[in-house]
Amino acid sequence: MAEVLVLVDHVEGKVRKTTSELLTIARRLGEPSAVFVGSGFDAAKETLARFGAEKVYRVESPEVLEHLVVPQAELLAQLVASTSPAAVLVPSSPEGKEIAARLAVKTESGLITDAVDVQATGDGSGGVATTQSVFAGSYTVSATVTKGTPIVAVKPNSAAPEEVAGAASQMSDEVVDFTPSEAAKGAKITESKPKQATGRPELTEAAIVVSGGRGTGGDFSKVEDFADSLGAAVGASRAAVDAGWYPHTSQVGQTGKQVSPQLYVACGISGAIQHRAGMQTSKTIVAVNKDNEAPIFELVDFGVVGDLFTVLPQATEAITAAKD
Amino acid sequence: MNIVVCVKHVPDAQAERTFNASDNTTDRENVDGLLSELDEYAVEEALKIVEAGEGEVTVLTVGPDAAADAIKKALQMGADKGVHVNDDAIHGSDAIATSLVLAEAIKKIGADTAVDLVVTGMASTDGSMGVVPAMLAERLGLPAVTFASELTVEGTTATIRRDGDASTQTITATLPALVSVTDQINEPRYPSFKGIMAAKKKPVEQWTLADLGVDAAQVGLDAAWTKVESFAARPPRSQGEIVADEGDGGSKLAAFLTERKFV
Ligand SMILES: Cc1cc2nc3c(=O)[nH]c(=O)nc-3n(C[C@H](O)[C@H](O)[C@H](O)COP(=O)(O)OP(=O)(O)OC[C@H]3O[C@@H](n4cnc5c(N)ncnc54)[C@H](O)[C@@H]3O)c2cc1C
Ligand SMILES: Nc1ncnc2c1ncn2[C@@H]1O[C@H](COP(=O)(O)O)[C@@H](O)[C@H]1O
Repeated sequence: MAEVLVLVDHVEGKVRKTTSELLTIARRLGEPSAVFVGSGFDAAKETLARFGAEKVYRVESPEVLEHLVVPQAELLAQLVASTSPAAVLVPSSPEGKEIAARLAVKTESGLITDAVDVQATGDGSGGVATTQSVFAGSYTVSATVTKGTPIVAVKPNSAAPEEVAGAASQMSDEVVDFTPSEAAKGAKITESKPKQATGRPELTEAAIVVSGGRGTGGDFSKVEDFADSLGAAVGASRAAVDAGWYPHTSQVGQTGKQVSPQLYVACGISGAIQHRAGMQTSKTIVAVNKDNEAPIFELVDFGVVGDLFTVLPQATEAITAAKD
Repeated sequence: MNIVVCVKHVPDAQAERTFNASDNTTDRENVDGLLSELDEYAVEEALKIVEAGEGEVTVLTVGPDAAADAIKKALQMGADKGVHVNDDAIHGSDAIATSLVLAEAIKKIGADTAVDLVVTGMASTDGSMGVVPAMLAERLGLPAVTFASELTVEGTTATIRRDGDASTQTITATLPALVSVTDQINEPRYPSFKGIMAAKKKPVEQWTLADLGVDAAQVGLDAAWTKVESFAARPPRSQGEIVADEGDGGSKLAAFLTERKFV
């Protein structure tokens, strides 16, 4: 069986959930080989093996990460040439998509982004069939790659991570002989200010997302309390972000994050098309809004027409009480 | 400073967007189009750079006849000239082919005066893959910084701020370079009456694939490296239960969430 390259998404060896999802998907297509760039491999090892990586290709040189994505695209191109994989899977994050885009041009391969499902075509061709959700979630598209090595950028929450029993001891790892080209060094990160951790789940990975909009009037405390009672991530509409009430990295929508959680709760958000583009594929949708004509109600499984400042605290209290 | 801004003409997101049943491509005929909103930020940023120093802004689009509207809007905002690459063979092109045509057009624009900076939107509002900028940079051999929320150009260095999940980064790139900008970077201007009048006299070049030396076999639907096998409208969400808060809205909400096992 051919290898399937999976680019590992991690921070200092802390492997993100998307990687376990990609490894799970890779097993449907061939033998997963993780590609690990940066430091912290020892911390990552166990997780990679547990989710089915049979091999790891790794590069530790700090230069690779200093220069944004180009060296990573070069590394993957080198590995595609040496391993002739059945497919390359990367996370469908801005960075992942950029790496994938460059890799597609370098290897003359078809690229699919924002996939929500990836399966083997099953016709013996070794191909992959993907599912994407387009036009703000109003259409579902099935696509295949017709040239080169299929390169697929996969969205978070596209598969339930499945562990492999007893694989840990068999995973081999290989330090790759790789030097980025001079051309890859044209852009350089000169400063990096870490964000303060909120202690809440990552927006794109969370099972539950609670978002606040202009209707919060700038006071997100009720939204946050409610989110915390559910163990949810907190998101925001662009109106709330533009007003400076919440950081841009929490924005849900066309120009923010696209989320697809089990449950999405929109509080004081009208439901503009650009907002829908980021949450419409959520499994269950709930809204709290004063205006019974707010377009968000067209999408909901459950809606409360009311003031979020009274509805949310009451709900939070009931949920907290139920948990004790 | 010679700046090229890539702008795309897209079906209006407020309209009912769909596909052509015959070849599974985006329907661009039966839906009104406009300059992709996210590309307005790219035009604005280029204009600001030129206004703060000197130089020229060329807007470039690859698309059918109707795409001329996208160029017109950018010229009305203040860009100096336009280039419209229009060829029947381009219909159905994917991002790979589009980036090839854009790259060749940028090389041709730069044949007289070298291009210092290519500015693009963060993603188009129709396909919204957000991959053309990286592909274009790869083809042109340019350093690229995507998703810039702030851009300053001094001498031959572009400095960019980028807001990531884990950190806020400052990135420098040596010109010539490509930068894609987010909707956080500025507030695009509306064309003024003067701008609208002036745009009528601005030059717009019409190029075909032959002008760029691109083989028609490399673009279009048949040359695409991916294939849309089928498309389906998402089944409409069945209307859920909506309750008016009569003092018990929060409790009802909690009850719903408990019933659905979210608690
Ligand atoms: C290029 C472009 C990109 C964009 N990208 C995004 C994006 O990524 N994400 C995004 O969200 N938007 C985006 N937008 C903006 C979008 O069009 C809307 O303007 C925005 O989503 C509105 O935010 P909102 O729903 O919070 O505010 P509003 O539309 O003002 O709605 C506020 C809602 O709160 C309700 N409300 C008020 N007070 C209360 C209360 N006390 N209790 C309960 N309800 C209350 C009101 O009834 C109203 O429905 C984009 C726009 C453009 C042009
Ligand atoms: N046909 C096109 N003509 C000109 N520019 C384009 C075209 N397609 C994409 N672009 C540019 O690439 C950016 C990202 O597009 P996309 O990768 O399609 O999401 C857009 O914001 C434009 O700046």
